[in-house]
This record gives sequence, C-alpha cells and structure tokens, in this order.
Amino acid sequence: MARGTDGGDNHDRVAGRPRRLSPATRRSLITGLLFQLPWLLGFAGFLLYPAVATFYYSFTRYPLFKSPRWIGLDNYRNLFTDQFFIQYDSLDHFLQSAVGNTLYLTVIGVPAATAFAFIVAMLLNTNIKGIALWRTLCFLPAVMSPLVASILWVWIFNPQFGIVNAFLSFLHLPQPGWLNDPAWSKPTLILLNLWQVGFSMIIYLAALQGVPRELYEAVHIDGGGFWARLRYITIPLVSPVTLFNLITGVIASLQFFTQAYTIGGASGNPQSSLLFYVTYIYTSAFQNFDMGYASAMSWLLFVVIAIFTAVLLLGSRRWTYYER
Amino acid sequence: MAVRGTPAEQRAGMARAHRSIVARRRLKLAFTYLAVGVVVALFLIPFLWMIVTSLKSPNDLTAHPLSWLPQGGYLQNYPNALTIIPYMQYLGNTLLICVPNVVGTLLSCSLAAYSLACVRWPGRNLSFGLVLSTMMLPYPVTIIPLYLVYRHLGWIDLASGYLPLTVPAFFGAPFFIFLLRQFFASIPVELSEAAKVDGASELRIYAQIMLPLSRPALATTALLTFLYTYTDFLNPLIYISNPDRFTLSLGLLGYFSQHGASWGPLTAAAAMFTIPTAVIFLLAQRTFIQGIATSGLKG
Repeated sequence: MARGTDGGDNHDRVAGRPRRLSPATRRSLITGLLFQLPWLLGFAGFLLYPAVATFYYSFTRYPLFKSPRWIGLDNYRNLFTDQFFIQYDSLDHFLQSAVGNTLYLTVIGVPAATAFAFIVAMLLNTNIKGIALWRTLCFLPAVMSPLVASILWVWIFNPQFGIVNAFLSFLHLPQPGWLNDPAWSKPTLILLNLWQVGFSMIIYLAALQGVPRELYEAVHIDGGGFWARLRYITIPLVSPVTLFNLITGVIASLQFFTQAYTIGGASGNPQSSLLFYVTYIYTSAFQNFDMGYASAMSWLLFVVIAIFTAVLLLGSRRWTYYER
Repeated sequence: MAVRGTPAEQRAGMARAHRSIVARRRLKLAFTYLAVGVVVALFLIPFLWMIVTSLKSPNDLTAHPLSWLPQGGYLQNYPNALTIIPYMQYLGNTLLICVPNVVGTLLSCSLAAYSLACVRWPGRNLSFGLVLSTMMLPYPVTIIPLYLVYRHLGWIDLASGYLPLTVPAFFGAPFFIFLLRQFFASIPVELSEAAKVDGASELRIYAQIMLPLSRPALATTALLTFLYTYTDFLNPLIYISNPDRFTLSLGLLGYFSQHGASWGPLTAAAAMFTIPTAVIFLLAQRTFIQGIATSGLKG
C-alpha cells in the first residue's frame, strides 16, 4: 500500500512538510527532461554504458569471437612487460614504445605548439594592411583534414624529391631523412602539429584583443618597453587561455592517432618511432582482436588524462591570473 | 641642455627628435610586415606545394634539380585522381554520413541546450554538470563496447546505411550542447518571458524565438560538425571494411598506402578533398572564428 499513492506524497522527515512538487514545478521538470531526453539517452547509451563496460572488460580475457572470461589484473600486469607498450632499458628503446612516443609528443609537442600559437597570435594582433586576410591564411591549415595534411607532409619532407630538402640543399645545409629516420620522425610530426595550430591561435588572438590598452599605456609611462609589457601585462592576462590551450592540447596529444597511422601505419614505422598509445589500442582491439587487453589500455589512458589535467589545473593556480 | 640655445636651435633639435621617432616607427612597421610575411609564407607554402605538385607531369615530378614551378600546363592529374579511386562514389558516401550528422547534432544539441539555458527545472544544474564532466571523456574509453554492441545489432558493414557513424549524432554531443547553451543564455530572458505571457508553449519559444536568434551559434555547430565528420578517419576505419562503402578518407589512405609514389594524382586528390572545407570556411569565417573563440574563452 505504501506505493499505492503517488511517490510525491512521501513526507520529508526532517522538516516534516510535504515534499510534493507543486504542479508548476512538476510541469517544468517534465518539460526540462523531455527536451533533454535525446541527450540523456545518449549519455547513458553512448558514454556511461561503454565506459563501465570497458572497465569490466579490462579485467577479462576477451578474444572477439568468444565471451569474456575474468582474469583479474593480468591485462594490466602484461602491459608493463609488453615491449610495444613500454620499454625501460634505454631511452632509445623507450622512444620506440607507445608510451614513450606519446609522452615525447605531449611533453615536447604541446608546449611547443602553445608557444608557437602565442607568438603567431602576437604577430597577427596588429593593424597592418590586409590583416584579416593574413589571419585567415594562417588559420586555413587547421581546417585541412589531418589525414590529407599527413600525406602532404610525407611529400614535403620526402628526403629525395621533397621541397624542404631541396631548399636545404640550395643553402648547402645537411638534409635529414625526416619521416624516414627514427631520430627525426617525431620532431617532423610536431612540425605538422605546429602547422595546424590555427584553433589555439584564434583563441589566443581573441584574448589578446581583450587586453585593455590602458594597461600597456601604464607600463609605457613607467618606462617599460616591449619585454616589460609582455611579461607583466600580456602573459598574465592571457594565462587562462594558455591553461585552456595546454589542457586541450595535452588531451588531444595523448589521444593522437590519425596522423601517426597515416604516416607510420599500424606498426608506427620507422622502427616503431611513430607507434602511439591509441594506435596500439587500435591494433590490439581491431587487428589482434584482444578486446580485454585493449580495454585495459583504454582505462589506463583515461586515468593518465585525468592525472595530467588535474596536475595542470592545480599547478596553474600559481601562474594563471583571473580578473575579478 | 635643450632648453638653452636660441629658439631656432631648439626648433631644429625638436625636429631631429621627431624625425628619429618617425624613423623608428617606420622601422618597427617594416619589421612587422616582414615578420607577418614570413609567418604567412610558412603557413602557405605546404598548400602551394600541394597545388604546384598536382600540376606537374610525371617527368617533371622527379626532375633533378627540383623545379619550383610546373613546366607547362599539365592538368591530367585531376581527371586521373577521379579514376584512381572512385572519387565521386566515395564523396557521395562521405556526404551520406555528413548530412545526418549535421542534422542530428543540430537537433539534439539545441534541444538539450534549450532546457539547460531557458527552462527552470529541478535537476538542471546537475544535468549541466553532466555535460561539462563528459566533455573531457577520452573517446578510446568508449570505442570497444560500442563496436561490440553495433556488431551484436548487425550494424557493421550493413548494406542499408552507416548506422554506427550516424545514429549517435541524434543523441547529443557534450561540446555542442555547451556551446549552444552558452549562446542561448546570452539571449535576454524578456523575449521568452513575453512569449510565455502570451501563452506560447516551450516548444514554440524554442522553435520560433530561440532558434532564429541563435543562427551564428547554430552555424558554428553545423560547420564544425560537418568539418569533423568530413575529415573523420578513425570511426570509418573501425566500422567500414567494404571498399564500395569507403569514405574519401579511407579511399585516399588506401591509395596512398598502395601507390605512395604517384604524387601527381595524390596531390590532385588531396587538393580536391581540401577545397570544399576551405571554401566553406572562407564563406563563413566570421561566424566560425567567433564561435570558436567564444567557446574557447568560456571553456
């Protein structure tokens, strides 16, 4: 009988007054939920369920055509003795494993791309003739498909017929093997990321345009020059955007896939110098059909991304400045 | 020092100082032009090199020393690019995926955003928190179970459509819900309240007031969704294995990994693949850049 009446009839024990929602509130609740329905279903079906299922699969042995069998922490344990996943014996070997390559790309590539985006945005934050056109041209590479951009990169950095080495040879400079050389392949890939940095650059540009002129004038009156303006005004005032670009950059970099797969294939040629974390998840799941192992890697990635984001957010308190 | 001396000397001194300021300004301006020019050139050269290569004949391509400009007008790479891979068929396949994605994202995200910005209901903040916290969820965490579910449903390599690549769009994407919610929240509430007083339903306010007023945000959502779907690679790679059903990206990669050295047709195909995105971007760049900049700043 307790459930005989409407659930809204329950009484709040502490206050002792009815918790029934007023008809207007109830109507608004129903309206709100109805508008949200597609997204709430999507959240449950396309995000929550898969995330939980991946967690479960990560503790199982699950070849695609059989059913999952519980094996506890074995997948996680096996990861750390898997030479494609990680190698510890030397730095060279570390940089031929998925973890090593992904860390290299993140620790070196993301700060480089953020700094480059900032410098280009500073340059484009002027009023010279045709500035709208120059800004557009610098942003354009960002709308190019990463796959097409990667194919183009292979051609531009072709050791024999590429334009870069032709230019270097014209200047009588040494001509590296670029994407064919394990020592140069990752830096060349970082150059590709710098070329497609448009989104970060536009966000920086918007922030730079929001810096009040009076502040620059104040520095000028105090006798400060370009470096003083940069250090005491520009960098602190755009620091929230720097944090945003760093966080989104790190998240994207840890999930780097298309460019690496296009250039280096599933094994990350040359000499697994372009084997990245998500490439290895892809190979494990969809070529080796080892769903449990790939799930363990995915969850570990989730944890690593959370840690990186938390460290950046906590560390940023020292160097970000918010106007109140 | 300058205070002493005849008025004429003072005037000459001031003129000299003025001249040096002007000269310094000119120098600074010249430096700015030079620096911007160098940066623009660096961004542009890969593009130009793609076009130049696509206009070269096979002999011209391997010429040594390298020719900086194509010799004569060689256009054959473009018709070749249309036949080395079934370009038009793959373009059609790609659009079959793009159109439902744009429509689905616009619908589902604007509905959810409306309820987050304009309807006052208990649980609204909780729901907004859900959107924010899932925005950062890495996609690799979901791909394996989703693949298994679609496989179970028989959706993979189905002859009738691209269900795994289109259905999710109708169920909302956190980033665009957030972007649209921010925009809806900036529209004065007086407008929708006046309509409410006149007896308009929420659905009517959504469709006849909010959507028409939010064209820039909706356009940004549509453009970014199109761009993302048009250039997507990982999802088609996982879900499409039948070459007849390939997207342009899959077809291009397939050709590239088999005939990596035929740079003429490859760059022609790459140029044709890129031109639509470049044109769309140029036509809508103002909206586009505003949308990205504001969403980034508020993120």
